[in-house]
Amino acid sequence: MSQSIQTHAMARVRHYAAQITPDQLLRSLGLPIVGIMAFLLLWSLAAPNVVTSLGTLPGPADVWEQSGNLWADYREEQQRAAEFIAMQEERNARILEQNPDAEVRIRPYSGATTFVDQIWTSLGTVMAGFLLATLFAVPLGILVGLNQHLYAAVNPIIQVFKPVSPLAWLPIVTLVVSATYVSDDPMFSRSFVTSVVTVSLCSLWPTLINTIMGVNSVSQDLKNVSQVLRLPFLTHVWKVVLPSSIPMIFTGMRLSLGIAWMVLIAAEMLAQNPGLGKFVWDEFQNGSSNSLSRIMVAVIVIGFIGLLLDRAMLVLQKTLSWDKSTATH
Amino acid sequence: MSKHNHLELSSVSMSFPVKGGEFLALDNVNLKIAEGEFVSLIGHSGCGKSTVLNIVAGLLEASRGGCLLDGKEVREPGPERAVVFQNHSLMPWLSAYENVELAVRQVFRKSMTRQQRREWVHHNLELVHMGHAAEKRPDELSGGMRQRVGIARALAMQPKVLLMDEPFGALDALTRAHLQDSLMEIQRDLNSTVIMITHDVDEAVLLSDRIVMMTNGPAATIGEVLPVNLPRPRDRVALADCPDYNQCRHAVLSFLYEKQKKVETLPRKQSSGEGQETSPSLRKTANG
Ligand SMILES: Nc1ncnc2c1ncn2[C@@H]1O[C@H](COP(=O)(O)OP(=O)(O)O)[C@@H](O)[C@H]1O
Ligand SMILES: [Mg+2]
Repeated sequence: MSQSIQTHAMARVRHYAAQITPDQLLRSLGLPIVGIMAFLLLWSLAAPNVVTSLGTLPGPADVWEQSGNLWADYREEQQRAAEFIAMQEERNARILEQNPDAEVRIRPYSGATTFVDQIWTSLGTVMAGFLLATLFAVPLGILVGLNQHLYAAVNPIIQVFKPVSPLAWLPIVTLVVSATYVSDDPMFSRSFVTSVVTVSLCSLWPTLINTIMGVNSVSQDLKNVSQVLRLPFLTHVWKVVLPSSIPMIFTGMRLSLGIAWMVLIAAEMLAQNPGLGKFVWDEFQNGSSNSLSRIMVAVIVIGFIGLLLDRAMLVLQKTLSWDKSTATH
Repeated sequence: MSKHNHLELSSVSMSFPVKGGEFLALDNVNLKIAEGEFVSLIGHSGCGKSTVLNIVAGLLEASRGGCLLDGKEVREPGPERAVVFQNHSLMPWLSAYENVELAVRQVFRKSMTRQQRREWVHHNLELVHMGHAAEKRPDELSGGMRQRVGIARALAMQPKVLLMDEPFGALDALTRAHLQDSLMEIQRDLNSTVIMITHDVDEAVLLSDRIVMMTNGPAATIGEVLPVNLPRPRDRVALADCPDYNQCRHAVLSFLYEKQKKVETLPRKQSSGEGQETSPSLRKTANG
C-alpha cells in the first residue's frame, strides 16, 4: 500500500519534472534574475547622481556593507550580553561558595537596541495587532453578514472608517491608551499597546468586509439543507456559514496582514514606538554618513518581511481552506 | 386520517412579490398522496413545480391554503420531509461520509449511539452504491456520484416523505438509467412516499404510481393526474414494447405538447423527435 503510494508520488514528481520546459525555466528563474540585475545596475548608476545633505544616495554596495555592519553590531551585543550574564553567574557562584544561604540574582542585560532586535519587536507587534484585528473582525463579520438589518446599520460606519490612515488614529489611540492603560506592573509596555491597537484599527477592515461578503454569499442551497436539517443556530454557523466563507475570510486576512505591516512601520516612526519604524526614524535623526545606507537596509528588510508574511498567510490558507483554488498569489 | 391522506395539499396558491405588483405562480393546487406512493410532477419550465415542492418542504410558505402531513400543517422545513436538491447541494468541504453524517448526527443524535450512527451512514452510502467513495469530497466525485450522495443523505434521515427536485436532470442517460433503477429498488424496500419533479416523460412513467401534470403558469394548477398501473418491479427494456407503457407516455406527451403547448416560440433546429427514447428536443422544451 505505502509502496504503491510512494511509487505514485515519484511518478508524479517525474511527471512534473518532465513538464518543466526550458521556456518555463527561463520565465520562473531566468527573467526574475535578469530583472533584479537590471534594477541593481540602474540603482548603482543613478544613486551617485542624487546629492542630499548627507551625501549622495547609497548604491547597492554601500547598502550591502551596512547590512554586514548591522549584523556585526547585533553579534557584538549578543556577545556582550553573554559575557555580562556569565560574569554575574561567576560572581553568584563565588558568593554561594562562601555563604550557601545567600540570595543571588541575575540582572538582565540592557544594552543598545540593535537592528535585529527591532525586527523582532516589529514582528511581534504586527502579529499581535493582526491577531487582535482577526479576533474582532471575523466574529463581527459573521454576525453582521447573517443579519440584513445589522448590515444596513453597520455598513456606513465601515465605509467611513475604512479609508482612515493610521496617522489620524495614532494620536487618539495614544491618548486613550495612556489614560486607560494604567497599571503598576503592566504586562505589556504602553508603546506596544498603542502600536497594536493602531495596527488593529487600520487593518481589520478587509477581514471584516470580506467576512461579511463571504457570509452573504453562502449558497441558498446549503442554507436550505441547514433548514431542512433544523440545525441549531450555532451549529449552522459552525458547520455551514463558517466553512463556506473561509476562502473569503482568508483573502481578507491576507489583505489585512499586508496593511498591518505597512501601518506598523508608519506608527512606529510617528510615535517613537520600538520597532523597525523607530530604527528608520533614529537613523534619519542621527544623520551620519551611514544613515542613508542603513535606512535603505531597513527598507529592503521591511519589504522582504512583508513578502514573507504574505507567503506565510498563503501557506496557512492552503493548509486550512478547503477551497484551494482561491489560495493563489 | 386514512392511509390515503398521508400528504395533502389543499387549495394552495402562491404569489410572489415582483416589481409592480404580485406574480401569481400557483392557483388552487389540490393533491392527496397516499403513504408509500411515488408521485411525479411534470410540466413545462417555470410552471411552478419547484414552488410546489418547496411548499411541501416548508422552505416556502403558501400565500393561501396549505399542506398537511399526517393531519398536521407544515409550517417549517424539517428532516421528516427530506429534500434531494437539483444540484446535489453537498457541502463542498465535507467528504461524502461527512455530508451524510451531518444529517444523521442531527436527526439521530438522541436515538443512536456513535457506533450506530456510523453504521447507519455507511449503510445508506452502500444503498446508493457509494460505499467505496465515502472519503471523497464532492469535487472528486462525478455528477452522478454527487447526486447519489445527496440521495443517501436524504434517505439517511428516514423521512416520511422524500422530495426530489429534478434529481437526475443534469446527468447523462446511462447514469440516469442506473440511478433510476437504484431508486426503484430502494423505494420498493423502504416503501417511502416520494414526490419527484422531472422533465423526462420516460422517467415519470417508469418510476411513478401517479403522474401529476401541471398547466403552464402564471396561475398554474394541476391539469391532469395519470395513474400508472404498470406491474412492479418494472424493467425499462421490457417496458419499451409494452402497450400500457406507451399509452401512458402518449398521454403525458399529448398533455405537454398539445394541450399545454408552450406559446412562446423557442429557437428550435431539430424536427420533432417524437417516439425516440427521451428525445433531446423534448427535454429541451420541458427543461425546468
Ligand atoms: N422568489 C420568486 N420571486 C418571484 N418569482 C418567482 C420566485 N420563485 C419562482 N418564481 C416564479 O414562479 C414561477 C414558477 O417557478 P418554479 O416553481 O421555479 O418553476 P419550475 O420549477 O416549474 O420550473 C416562475 O415563473 C418563476 O419565475
Ligand atoms: Mg424547478
